[in-house]
Amino acid sequence: MEPAVTATFEDRDLAELVACPVCDTLHRIPDVGLGQRARCVRCHTVLMAPRASAMTKIVMLSITATVLMIAAIYFPFLTLETRGLAQRTSVLDAILAFSDGLTLPLSLGVAATIVVLPLVRLGAILYALAPMAIGDAPLRGALGAFRLAEALKPWAMAEIFIVGVAVALVKVAGLAQLTIGPAFWAFTALVLVTVLNDNFMCRLTIWRTLEARRPNR
Amino acid sequence: MACHSCGRVHRGGVIRCVRCGAALSSRDTTSLQRVWAWMLAGIVAYVPANTYPMLETTQLGKTTSSTLVGGVIELVAYQSYGVAFIVFFASIVIPLGKFGAISYLALQVARPDPQAAHSRHRLYQVVEWIGRWSMIDVFVVALLSSLVQLGTAVTIQPGIAAVSFALSVAFTMLAAMSFDQRLIWDTDKDTNA
Repeated sequence: MEPAVTATFEDRDLAELVACPVCDTLHRIPDVGLGQRARCVRCHTVLMAPRASAMTKIVMLSITATVLMIAAIYFPFLTLETRGLAQRTSVLDAILAFSDGLTLPLSLGVAATIVVLPLVRLGAILYALAPMAIGDAPLRGALGAFRLAEALKPWAMAEIFIVGVAVALVKVAGLAQLTIGPAFWAFTALVLVTVLNDNFMCRLTIWRTLEARRPNR
Repeated sequence: MACHSCGRVHRGGVIRCVRCGAALSSRDTTSLQRVWAWMLAGIVAYVPANTYPMLETTQLGKTTSSTLVGGVIELVAYQSYGVAFIVFFASIVIPLGKFGAISYLALQVARPDPQAAHSRHRLYQVVEWIGRWSMIDVFVVALLSSLVQLGTAVTIQPGIAAVSFALSVAFTMLAAMSFDQRLIWDTDKDTNA
């Protein structure tokens, strides 16, 4: 950024500006109505998309997702039957499939992407936003927690796991009789809830609210 | 100077964002180096992912192993063309396309062209979004090998290629993330607001 541009603004005015995260174009933060979207004039990235009572919805959906995740881990996921033999698989078993020998690191990777990171992300979102949903000031470390949640977003791969399940189903369909367990539906619901949750999230609004309600300023 | 994570604008020389606490930097000068490093790692890991077996199926005492491409051919043989296409796309088209697209973007940074910025920006977004979907095959292998453990009748074991494929996907995701998107737009001086 050339100094000539910033020098014309007072420090307090800087808070009224937003830089496009993609192309760095400066905008004055616009008044965006609920349900509307503000896009960058240069690269058309969505800058803001506030929704009505978004904080409460995000917190509710995150709690739902956490409950569904716990259900998805423990209930049987799929049951395979052939010639009187039955094999029941939970998400935990899928993770442990790689746990012997050289494929052990992969076991950790699968565990991280489908269970641990989504849970950490939900926890971080709840920690950062739950106090704000009920109108309180954010807790200590709320900023770090929300930044963590944003950074983890690409690594939480629950929805990809679901598509993987579909492919695996087709592969074994000819081999044996398959039954879908409750955990499968819990996981599917979890993916839908996560997508909804991300749609309600307007990052700029959340950052500004976190800043405005910070107690020590 | 703007914060990467929350968009707050600061004067030059500020090192930590006052709003969200993220470290600030005007431009990431090591961005391209990291892109190339991660991508080379991704390409290196993609080679064994194709040559070593992905799955080892033991059916009535007979063991057959199939590679990444072999899995797709098998699906076509079962006549499940839709699923074969998804797997083919996720494990072959996407990784190769990503190697190409990221190299293209990284090379084009040196050759500014305001006209092309929009299409490059779109290409980057597609690459960043689609990269994660390559993990499908790894999850399929994980599920199959935990599900199909029916004693002597049939068992499936994961192969070493699953590990290198997962690494390859992770490395190319890191390569895409290391790329500073603003490099695409920096070339465009006329509309600098």
